[in-house]
Amino acid sequence: MDFLKLMRQSPLSARIGLAIVLLNLLAALLAPVIAPYGETEIVADVWLSASWDHPLGTDHLGRDLFTRVMYGARNTITIAFVTTLLSFIIGSMMGFMAAATGGWADLIISRIVDILMAFPTLIFALMALSVVGTSVMSLIGVIAVLDSTRVFRLSRAVAMDITVMEFVEAARLRGEGILWVMRKEILPNAMPPLVAEFGLRFCFVFLFIASLSFLGLGIQPPTADWGGMVRENAGAITFGIMTPLWPAGAIALLTVGVNLIVDWFLKIASGLKD
Amino acid sequence: MKNIITMIAKRLGLGLLTMIVISILIFVGVEALPGDLAEAILGQEATVETVAAFRKELKLDLPPHIRYFSWLASVAEGDLGNSLSNGRPISELIGWRFANTMFLASSAAVISVPIAIILGLLAALYRDSWFDKAISTTTLTAISFPEFFVAYILIALFSVKLTLFPSMSNINDELTFGQKIYAVILPSLTLTFIVTAHMMRQTRAAVINVLASSYIEMARLKGLKRFRIIVLHAFPNALSPVINVVALNLAYLVVGVVIVEVVFVYPGLGQLLVDSVSKRDIPVVQASGLIFATVYISLNLLADILSILSNPRLLHPRSK
Repeated sequence: MDFLKLMRQSPLSARIGLAIVLLNLLAALLAPVIAPYGETEIVADVWLSASWDHPLGTDHLGRDLFTRVMYGARNTITIAFVTTLLSFIIGSMMGFMAAATGGWADLIISRIVDILMAFPTLIFALMALSVVGTSVMSLIGVIAVLDSTRVFRLSRAVAMDITVMEFVEAARLRGEGILWVMRKEILPNAMPPLVAEFGLRFCFVFLFIASLSFLGLGIQPPTADWGGMVRENAGAITFGIMTPLWPAGAIALLTVGVNLIVDWFLKIASGLKD
Repeated sequence: MKNIITMIAKRLGLGLLTMIVISILIFVGVEALPGDLAEAILGQEATVETVAAFRKELKLDLPPHIRYFSWLASVAEGDLGNSLSNGRPISELIGWRFANTMFLASSAAVISVPIAIILGLLAALYRDSWFDKAISTTTLTAISFPEFFVAYILIALFSVKLTLFPSMSNINDELTFGQKIYAVILPSLTLTFIVTAHMMRQTRAAVINVLASSYIEMARLKGLKRFRIIVLHAFPNALSPVINVVALNLAYLVVGVVIVEVVFVYPGLGQLLVDSVSKRDIPVVQASGLIFATVYISLNLLADILSILSNPRLLHPRSK
C-alpha cells in the first residue's frame, strides 16, 4: 500500500493522532539532546512557576519539569512498549498453538485464561506485585502475563478461522510441523487484527503502568515516569499549582493519539473487507 | 422455564468454581513468597527455636493443602486473620472501609447509570448526527484519560479555583448523610465521568445492533411511528444487552474505585489494599483482594443471569 497516498486520504483525526505519537516518539528519542537539564538534576527552588529557564516550572524537589516530562516519555513509553510486545509474544503464541492443536491443550489453556480474565486486572496485579516486589522487571512480567490473556482470546479466535482454510490443510498434509504452520501460514494472515489490537493493548498497558506508578507500585523514583510524577507532585494542586496536570495530561494526550490512529486503522481494515 | 433454570445453575456453578480457583491462586501466591510468615513477623534475628514455635502457633508446620482448607474455613466464618503490620484482626480493618467503598461506588452508580443509558439511547437514535459524533468523540477522549487526570482536573476546578467542594473526602460515622454526600461529590464525579463513557458507548452499540435487525425494518415498513417502534419493538430486545452493560460497568466501578480513593485520600478498601501492598502486609492484601474479587465476580455473574432472564427469546422459546 502506498504510504503517501494513504496519508493524503487520511482523515483529520488520524493526522492529529499521528502528530501526537510522533511528537512523543521524538521526545522519547531525543530527550538527552533536547532536555535542558539532567534527568535527576536539582536546578532550582521547589514548584516554581513557568519561566524561560523552566518552561513548565519545577517539581517537588526543584528539578526541571520539562526535562522530567521528556525523560518520562522515554521511560514510560519504552516500558509500556516492551510489556505490550512481551504480552503479544506470549498471547499470540499460546493462541495460535491452542487453535492449531485443538483438543485438550486448547481446552485447558482456554479455561485457565477464562478464570484469569474473571479476575479484575488491577487487583490481580496489586496482589502479584505484593508477592514479587516492585521492580521494573517484575512490573513488566506481571502485566505482560495478565495482558496476554486478552491477546490469547483474540489470536485464538482469529487463528481458529485460519486453521480451517485449505492452505493450512495443504501445509499439514505436506508434513509441516506445527511451529512452521503457526509462523508461515497463520501469523501472516492474522496480522491486521493483531496490529489494531496492539494499539489498543498498548494504550491499556500504558495507562495501567501509569496508574500503578501513580499508586507508588510501578516505576520507582528517581527515574522520571509520568504516573510517578503525578504522584510526587500531587500535593501542589491544593496550593493552586498545576504541576501534576502536565505529566497527567501527557499520559492522556498520548493515549488519545494512539486511539485515534487505531480508530482509523480499524476503519481501513473493515473498509477493505467489503 | 426449565431451560433457564439449568442455564442459571450452570452460571452459578461456574462462578463458584472461579471463586475456588481464585482462592487457591491467592493462597499459592502467598506460599510462593521467599521465606515464610513466621520469619517475616519475627525478623531475621529470631532464633531457630522461636521461629519453630511460632510456626507451630501459625500452623505453618502443617502440609499446604490442609492449611488451605483451614484458611478457607476460617474465611468462610469471617475470620480473615491478623494484619502483619499492626497485629489487629483484618475483619476489623476491612469492615467499615468496605462500607465506605460501597458508598462511594453506589453514589457514582446512581449518577452515571441513568445519564449513560439516556445518552446512549439518544446517540443510537440520532446516529451519525452531530450530536452522536460529539458524544462519541467526547467519550473516546474520556476513556483515554487516566482516572487521576480527571480527578486532578476536577480538584483544580471545583476545589482550588471555585472552592466549592473539598479536595480530600474524609468521611466518618459522625457525619450526617448529607455531609457524606457532600464529601464524596468530587470522587464520585470522577468515577461517573469514566464509567459513563464506557457505559454509554456500549449502550449505543447494543441499541444500534437491535435497530439493525430485520424486524425493526419490518415495523418501519409497516409505517409504525418511531416512538412506538422504539418502545414496543426495540426496547424489550435491547434491554438484555443494556442490563448486561450496566452490571459489567458496575463491576468495573468497584475496581476503578482504588485509584480514585488514593487521589482523594478516601478511607476505603482500595486505599487499604494499596497501602498494604507497599507495606507487603500479605494477609491484608489477600483478604482485600479476595473481597474485591468476590464483588467483581458476583456482579459479572449477575450480569450474566439478568441478561438470560431479560432475553425474550429465552423466556418465550418457540418450541418446547
